[in-house]
Amino acid sequence: MTTPDLLRNAGGETPILAARNLRKSFGRVVAMDGADFDLYPGEILAVIGDNGAGKSSMISALAGAMRPDSGDIWLDGKIVRFSSPMDARDAGVETVFQTLAMAPALTIVDNLFLGREYRKSGIQGAIFRTLDRRRMRAEARHHLSQLGLMTIQNIDQIVETLSGGQRQGVAVARACAFGSRVIILDEPTAALGVKETRKVLDLIRDVRQRGIAIVLISHNMPNVFEIADRVHIHRLGRRIAQIRPSELSMSDAVAIMTGAMEPPEPQLEGSPNVQT
Amino acid sequence: MPADDTAPLFSERKGFGRRVINVLNGNPTIIPMLVLIVGVIAFSLIVGERFLHPFNLSLVLQQVTVIGVLALAQTLIILTAGIDLSVGAIMVLSSIAMGHLSIQFGVPPALSLLIGIVTGGICGALNGIFITLLRLPPFIVTLGTWSIFNSVLQFWSGGQTIRQQEIAADAAVLQWTGTAFRAGAAQLTLGSLLMLGLALLLWYILNRTAYGRHIYAVGNDPTAARLSGINTRKVLFSVYVLAGLICGIAGWILIGRIGAVSPLGGATANLDSITAVVIGGTSLFGGRGSIAGTLMGALIVGLFRNGLALAGLDVLWQEFAIGILIIIAVGFDQWLRRISV
Repeated sequence: MTTPDLLRNAGGETPILAARNLRKSFGRVVAMDGADFDLYPGEILAVIGDNGAGKSSMISALAGAMRPDSGDIWLDGKIVRFSSPMDARDAGVETVFQTLAMAPALTIVDNLFLGREYRKSGIQGAIFRTLDRRRMRAEARHHLSQLGLMTIQNIDQIVETLSGGQRQGVAVARACAFGSRVIILDEPTAALGVKETRKVLDLIRDVRQRGIAIVLISHNMPNVFEIADRVHIHRLGRRIAQIRPSELSMSDAVAIMTGAMEPPEPQLEGSPNVQT
Repeated sequence: MPADDTAPLFSERKGFGRRVINVLNGNPTIIPMLVLIVGVIAFSLIVGERFLHPFNLSLVLQQVTVIGVLALAQTLIILTAGIDLSVGAIMVLSSIAMGHLSIQFGVPPALSLLIGIVTGGICGALNGIFITLLRLPPFIVTLGTWSIFNSVLQFWSGGQTIRQQEIAADAAVLQWTGTAFRAGAAQLTLGSLLMLGLALLLWYILNRTAYGRHIYAVGNDPTAARLSGINTRKVLFSVYVLAGLICGIAGWILIGRIGAVSPLGGATANLDSITAVVIGGTSLFGGRGSIAGTLMGALIVGLFRNGLALAGLDVLWQEFAIGILIIIAVGFDQWLRRISV
């Protein structure tokens, strides 16, 4: 299927991940009411919205964790239907959930490869299902050092013994490790202290440098305005505005988010080449 | 590490206490191993030569073999944060299937042995269906199936024991696990070797295959496991089936141990298996523990009973000591979980 024109922005660019008219209701509660979404290659897009605005539902749909009642999702201009997080992951959309989805009693290596372990080649792997532990450890070391996390000294350390920031780092490394094109980060700094937050923001920039587009869901406005190329504002189950942090103040963004202010017209169309 | 780097993301949590906790967390078998060593030293000081004699120690190994195998099955279940109160009943039911098929229905002994083990697997599958499909708590499900399996085995056996001589004459293969041989001054049985072989196999599965890591992950954090793409219900179901099959093998070892097939064999086996697992350092909350720990747990129970008996203490004080061990083990696990988060 060719790229539908409706997805292209003014610059003729195709979003790497897009959604149109997503709807989802749980009984009488409408979680998504015609939500749209656009993420362009190489950008950091922040998604903000009040509690209950339906951000989580939209993100769940994009991450494959929930199926919308109607509406379409495009990845690289092709319609995709994710029926599980694995589907989304196989297509290159990795999500770092707020809970991090790591088993705390398992080691860093175990967690990095959880659900997609390497087996040894030949009979050992095929019949005895032996894990290729050497390869997994080597790759784990490689991925962690690429993100500057190699000061975690022992990759056989269990995750529980890591600090909150380190855990976040390992979760991000896991998302980056598997050749993904889009990484969705759900509240990556919510549980962290100031210094750790700083490190994680640096980490997010590093990931962007590697050409991966990032969706950042956050309640932390200063963080959002510092790091995002564009901001998607969600309200009452749909996107009501897309702004650039350079063009609007933080308090205006919050006002739009809470409905105290009308969104600016016409709505901004995304472009990846904006530097803030 | 550069000295000016103060950000917590790049520094380890330090301090001796923290390091000890990390080591204990990463190696849950250290504590049972210490208890085992201290116990052996203490009893050899109190009781003396007799306790440390290889024959006595090998006797302990024989005594713990049946419970040890059940505890291996129980370990798998508890690693998934479940519990199986029906392991003893499954074991006895399997042994009755083996005995009655071969003695009363004339099924070839080797075939009835196989059917007996599969019976254990079917019982496990039944537990698994209730737990994964109907999403009932394992405690309740296995409490119910314990009752069900017990009544089935009473019905099937008619409350009758098949005597040793009958089995020896018509189905000697069922007693194979009781075959004893001497290794120096020690006396081992094939059943004990089978237990060690099973333990080795399970250790391999748990630590060297993806399936094994998934068992840990499902028990440790089911949501994380699911989000990582693990089919948690499939893993859970398979664990109950696997545990059932192991209970079936335990039924075979039980026949070797007592020589006969009796419907009264497994009355305390359920709780004894949990005792061994817990003393072996496996957490009842799932996701932590090891096969080696369970073997040590079973040995600790056996050695304490044996040592206390040799020291001349009454059986009731043996139970008392085991009770204290359980509470210490669980208390320690709780404490370790609280401080390590």
